[in-house]
Amino acid sequence: MTAVPITWYLLLSAILFTVGTVGALTRRNAITIFLSIELMLNSANLAVLAYARLAAARAGDALAATHGQVLVLVVIAVAAAEAAVGLALFIAVYRNRRTIDVTRLNLLRW
Amino acid sequence: MELAVFLIFAGLAVVSSLLVVTHRNPVFSVLSLVVTLVSLAVLFVLLGSPFLAAVQVLVYTGAILVLFLFVIMLLNIGREEPGSGGRGQKVAAGIAGALFGGILMLLLWGAYGGQSVPPVDESLVQLQPLARQLLSTYLLPFEMVGLLLLAAVIAATVLARRGDPGGETRR
Repeated sequence: MTAVPITWYLLLSAILFTVGTVGALTRRNAITIFLSIELMLNSANLAVLAYARLAAARAGDALAATHGQVLVLVVIAVAAAEAAVGLALFIAVYRNRRTIDVTRLNLLRW
Repeated sequence: MELAVFLIFAGLAVVSSLLVVTHRNPVFSVLSLVVTLVSLAVLFVLLGSPFLAAVQVLVYTGAILVLFLFVIMLLNIGREEPGSGGRGQKVAAGIAGALFGGILMLLLWGAYGGQSVPPVDESLVQLQPLARQLLSTYLLPFEMVGLLLLAAVIAATVLARRGDPGGETRR
């Protein structure tokens, strides 16, 4: 049974976060931008859990991992709330403008 | 064994996340994100958090992404048409992303380079300490999350409600 180095999880999390960032910067469809943000939130969750695992292994106690796990639970709940409000916003915008292409929503652009 | 599972699902997560941000059809993006999130849930199990893996599958793929699919089909969003002048922006974002990711990975490698942790044994995977912490030390954040979800429900209802024909939201 070979153990996976903790760094690999962190590197995977960095890769996913970068992919999410590039997606949020390049896409024009608001829904896809939102999906990229969800991806970034999840990669952060992966990093937090990796650190929680490291803390538990160092302390030799399951209690040390719970702090990170509580944080991940809170992040998941906030992501759910964010998705609900964000999608409601998209529906409201679509009702007014008939599009959610972010390059066409330039009413406030200077 | 653990290494093989990690490599398979990490590769799956990276490939499907690339599909999320590159595919033109938003429905396909959402389905790729489902694959990404399920592979991440497998990695959560490897990291000794089976409860959070279950929450991830239930809340994300079961609730949030279904909500995304509902909205995509409700708004009838088709494929994104290729935009004018998007190529320069894509190249710039790619370069910036590669720089950002490279620096991030270098920093992480410098901090923990190849450091190994012992594989998960059963004494480190327990649900009871998490439950105790959540309802004692972290009781206040727990209640605040509940309040936040209530506020989100009310906000979503108000925002998505049909307004006047003139477009103004009715009071």
